[in-house]
Amino acid sequence: MKKFLSIVLVLVMLVSCVAAFSACGKTNDNDTDTDTGVANDTGSAEVNKYADIKIGFIFLHDEKSTYDLNFIRAAEAAKVALGLSDDQVIIKTNIDESDDCYEAAADLADMGCDIVFADSFGHEDFMIKAAREFPNVQFCHATGTKAHTEGLANFHNAFADIYEGRYLAGVAAGLKLNEMIANGEFTAEEAKIGYVGAFPYAEVKSGYTSFYLGAKSVCPSVVMDVQFTGSWYDANAERETAIALINGGCKLISQHADSMGAPGACEENNVPNVSYNGSTVADCPNTFIVSSAINWQPYFEYIVNCVADGETIAADWCAGIEEGSVVLSAINEAAAAEGTAAKLEEVKKALADGTLKVFDTANFTVNGETLTSYMADVDTDAAYTGDTEVVSDGYFHESEYRSAPYFDVNIDGITLLNN
Amino acid sequence: MNKTEKIKREPLFHIVNRGRDAIPWWKGMLIRAAAIVFALAVCAVIMVILTKENPIEIYKTMFDGAFGTERRKWKLLQEIAVLLCISLAVTPAFKMQFWNIGAEGQALVGGLATAACMFYIGGKVPQGMLIIIMVAASIVAGAIWALIPAVFKAVWNTNETLFTLMMNYIAIQLVDVFVNIWAKNGSAVLSPMSEYGLPIIGDKKYLLNVIIVAALTVGMYIYLKYSKQGYEISVVGQSEKTAKYIGISVKKVIIRTMLVSGAVCGIAGLILVGGTNHNINTNTVGGNGFTAIMVSWLAKFNPIFMILTAFMIVFLDLGASHVTAMFRISSDICDIMIGIILFFIIGCEFFINYKLKFRSFGKGGEAK
Repeated sequence: MKKFLSIVLVLVMLVSCVAAFSACGKTNDNDTDTDTGVANDTGSAEVNKYADIKIGFIFLHDEKSTYDLNFIRAAEAAKVALGLSDDQVIIKTNIDESDDCYEAAADLADMGCDIVFADSFGHEDFMIKAAREFPNVQFCHATGTKAHTEGLANFHNAFADIYEGRYLAGVAAGLKLNEMIANGEFTAEEAKIGYVGAFPYAEVKSGYTSFYLGAKSVCPSVVMDVQFTGSWYDANAERETAIALINGGCKLISQHADSMGAPGACEENNVPNVSYNGSTVADCPNTFIVSSAINWQPYFEYIVNCVADGETIAADWCAGIEEGSVVLSAINEAAAAEGTAAKLEEVKKALADGTLKVFDTANFTVNGETLTSYMADVDTDAAYTGDTEVVSDGYFHESEYRSAPYFDVNIDGITLLNN
Repeated sequence: MNKTEKIKREPLFHIVNRGRDAIPWWKGMLIRAAAIVFALAVCAVIMVILTKENPIEIYKTMFDGAFGTERRKWKLLQEIAVLLCISLAVTPAFKMQFWNIGAEGQALVGGLATAACMFYIGGKVPQGMLIIIMVAASIVAGAIWALIPAVFKAVWNTNETLFTLMMNYIAIQLVDVFVNIWAKNGSAVLSPMSEYGLPIIGDKKYLLNVIIVAALTVGMYIYLKYSKQGYEISVVGQSEKTAKYIGISVKKVIIRTMLVSGAVCGIAGLILVGGTNHNINTNTVGGNGFTAIMVSWLAKFNPIFMILTAFMIVFLDLGASHVTAMFRISSDICDIMIGIILFFIIGCEFFINYKLKFRSFGKGGEAK
């Protein structure tokens, strides 16, 4: 009687799902009621100019990547700060650097977004493709380089003066080295920093050079070894590289890559670490000193305000410490040298009022000589042709001619181990 | 004494293969439909527990994510086309009991060959010529990638599962190497070479892809069902000894079938790189090479049914990612949901292929 059996089986399944559905239906009615109640309260409390604005975000990965998490947090913070409702902010995660990005951007535009933002370098060409198709939607892209040459009114690049944050982090590193020298752990001549970099591109070079200059400003004898992993996120490679640097005599490690590989290796080997993208103190309580990061919240608020007020969004936007776009994490007193906080305050003030320039040509040499002229590849082309003079008034003008970094000079005191 | 008693005792139920007296198709469909409904109900309960969202709204959003706009419908068709193409590719090999899990790599090298043509000779030869070269290169590349493990299997009887799996990693690393050579910008991302892509029919940029795969589907159906080679494949799959006995060269069939498999994967790479992205990265095939295995199995290696199974998986995928965006819940929860639904759908096949026979009380024979 298999017929009978299967009918019974089907009936059992149907009955149980009907039961399940009706049960869910009930609980959820209550849920939605309370939800709308809360939304109405906040909605009526303020009359806001953002009422009709909708912004869509495209992120390469999701919360599991420190890089994307930094953007997601900023988006949430901007949403709260501007009082936007849930349906005014749409976040699409895990969008590949392929036609998927164009599809996601176009879909967000279809859904009525006034602004579409993408967070990864490789999204740029696909954002431009979407920008051409939707002239009335503003497309904003972090870390890109093409907005100022593409000539599109609705496509914009953004970055932050992260080199200022790196410089400050470098000062903290230099102070730590000084303390270790004073304690007799090694001599001033042995002071060497190890740096785990992702790729030998301008963004990374600009970062480690400013970090080194920061350290050198307080510990003049310091030198630095840099090794690239060839990946933005490769926990194993970053870990191995950090260990190799430590074995090579480096007394302090910093990194520009997105995993916990390098900080973790430092904690195991009890070597001080200056982190990036956010504090790693929870995992490295004994070795984490301080971390610099870009805070994207000011930019998100800026673009929403621009659209709300009908103003034009800058083709290249870049802000630093003063505007809150570059932030330092809390200093870990357990690992940092004494007096770090006070010194950082002092340097921060000098950077903010312009009396201190990170890439002051008086503070570094290239092949033993002072840099007096440098043609940087500001207008991106396949051959990396230098096209813009960026040294004037005694300093290298980083992130002024476009938002993304273009400092890619190899200065004295830094050894690239990959070469 | 106790022991013998235990041995004699009949279990509460035992599982019997339905075998020849399979249940009628409508009942099979009914069981499948019930499984889907049941899966949705279980998902709903989990959703409520984990997210406190209304499950009906979530299902509506899923539907919206797949069909909501003209663009989404096209995206759905495109994703089905890619997944179906790779599923078609693995099918002849599976039918032959050759466990080709290297479709990901075979499609990726097909895409890499396409990208190489676009990069090196794009603009240097007439566009029509370029397209012919691209098509040929992608098919040859995919076929070669499948040929290597096939030859090893046929000649030295190596384990094809491990071999094809390893070939995936080689393909991924190759793409990595070439992208690093080609990409001039800061993040090792290749700019799209849109001007050298496959032609676009009207303003429907995915239409050509869909037509190619539709033709392939019909072609594969005929090849497997009506051609002599298709028959040889199923004979080899069912029994190599029988195949040998009736004079089929098993080696030849293995190699020939894998060439077909790899060539179709190459076409999938062509569609992805030449017809869609116009660039390549290690994630271009995006796991479709593995998902295709499930599509093919669920459809019992029938190309026409694969349209349905591919649709179902793509629908779940697109729907779930829309849910992630709209309800701002973690994409992991959506993955759990997809997992549950697939579990039920695959699991219900058990009730279609087997029946539970309960212990009969009193007298022997079937329970009435």
